[in-house]
Amino acid sequence: MEKISDTFSSDHVRCDELFFRSEEHVQRHEWWQAKEILTRFIDEMNEHFLKEESILFPALNEHSANAAGPTQVMRLEHDDMRQLMQDMQSDIKKQDADHFLGSSETLMVMMRQHNTKEENILYPMADNILAGDQEKILAHIHEHKEKRGIAKWNKNEY
Amino acid sequence: MTIRSGLSLAQAPPLSVPLRFFLTAPLFGILTAIIFISYGPDTLLSRWTPATLAATHLIALGYISLVMVGAISQMLPVLTGSPIPRPLLVSTLIHILLTLGALVLAGGLLLNNNPAIQLSVFFLGAGFLLFIAINIFSLAQAKAHNSTVSGMWLAVGSLVVAVALGLRLAAEHIGSFDTGLSKSWTDVHLAWGLIGWMGVLVIGVAYEVVPMFQMTPRYPQWMQRWLTKLILAGLVSWAGISLLPIVGPVTQTLLMGALSSALAVGLALFAGTTLYLQRHRRRHIKDVTLRFWHLAMYSLLACTLLWMAGQLWPALTNWHRFGYLLGILFIAGFVVSVVNGMLYKIVPFLIWLHLQGQNNARIKLPNMKEIILERWALRQFYLHGLSLLLFLCSALKPLWFLYPLAILFAFSSLLLFLNIYSALRMYKKVRAHQENSG
Repeated sequence: MEKISDTFSSDHVRCDELFFRSEEHVQRHEWWQAKEILTRFIDEMNEHFLKEESILFPALNEHSANAAGPTQVMRLEHDDMRQLMQDMQSDIKKQDADHFLGSSETLMVMMRQHNTKEENILYPMADNILAGDQEKILAHIHEHKEKRGIAKWNKNEY
Repeated sequence: MTIRSGLSLAQAPPLSVPLRFFLTAPLFGILTAIIFISYGPDTLLSRWTPATLAATHLIALGYISLVMVGAISQMLPVLTGSPIPRPLLVSTLIHILLTLGALVLAGGLLLNNNPAIQLSVFFLGAGFLLFIAINIFSLAQAKAHNSTVSGMWLAVGSLVVAVALGLRLAAEHIGSFDTGLSKSWTDVHLAWGLIGWMGVLVIGVAYEVVPMFQMTPRYPQWMQRWLTKLILAGLVSWAGISLLPIVGPVTQTLLMGALSSALAVGLALFAGTTLYLQRHRRRHIKDVTLRFWHLAMYSLLACTLLWMAGQLWPALTNWHRFGYLLGILFIAGFVVSVVNGMLYKIVPFLIWLHLQGQNNARIKLPNMKEIILERWALRQFYLHGLSLLLFLCSALKPLWFLYPLAILFAFSSLLLFLNIYSALRMYKKVRAHQENSG
């Protein structure tokens, strides 16, 4: 059966792959591909952050008084990562490979330690204390995904 | 692990705590090179010359142990979730005691000056005692129990043994013991310091940092669980058989050969696994830290192979440069390379993290590669690699290679110092900007 931790952890793997590909394109100065992959990476990351911030964290805070501190730390780290992703985007616009790779290095270290904390502590905690509501939460996540998908599709149409 | 583990700021000590250690360490590399140059090729003739002893202790205590102590002061509170009490005071004391201790010991050994050696015994004993006490305090409170934390326990335990044996040898050197301790005591001191303290610590830390920052698969479970414990068990048995008259001389030689080969196999297994994992990393960009790790792992492999070759052909061990070559591969090739590589990840990220944590003014921050420029880190890597190569050549032709290698090693250390120092300057500059904008 699908667990809450599975769906969030698999986001991390997917984002990592896009991230590495964007770095490789920049290193080879393939700006057009770099831009496309980076845009996909940032979309996926924002999607993932949003799912955590609007569904997972509130649910955790509701069920456990101990969750408020950790989820707050995670939110602050999301903001740091958003800033770094913006830097990477503007580096691609300026075609500044050196600066891009510096920002991406920083984001990577940030992302790795952030993900490790989530995967080792927060997600198992979610599986544990949200076990009763698991199906409801997963349904919520899938619904969210579909809505976002339609919104994106609509945006592309017009 | 607790929720704030990893590299977050919540438990982390002030930036100056690790940085003071990192900035002092390369200066000891320069000092070592100066000793090489002033004493000439004679330093290389034997492991027992005063200059060799001084140089070894400058590198092992001043360079390597200072970085390790600095890194542990940073990592342990974060990894275990328990901050060190009074971090600034404690680290200042440890830093001063160890730095003075390493300097005075090297001076005492070099000049054969007993009062200096006595004084260094006090400095080093007090410095390490304080460091070990703090660690035990922090480790005992650890809410986290993973292979890295247990590796740190074993490494700190080995440090206790190495320091105790060192104090004992110093006492013998001064003459307060007239028992005439044999060469085997020195060997045991060396093995606990190099394999138990430095080797086990690197292995324990690698379990955490190699998969995390080089995007490799994780080390095999059995290795994480058993390798450091087996190495320690091997060291204990080897030391026991070497020092205590438990068995007859023939059995003793056989057993010690078998045990030391097993230790070499264990270390080789670690090096081979690390190289294998790094080959399967998901991020293909090759940064300077990865290059240092490769150099370190190949050096460790070469070192263990050389050791095993010596066990198979004992004639090799009679070669008067055998020990020198082993020492170079292990200390300069393996440990110093890992230490350098780690510094290029730790220092820029720590500085970025501290700047980010105080960025209420929301000014634009330099990224990690602007804090330490990649091209200067790479230049230092090449200097280090070249000096290592000349170190190896010097085993064959000390007269030709000693001076060039010492000069290269001095420049490599100087450049490492400048790279870390430039990061600190960048930190101060950005902090000033943050204060003005805030």
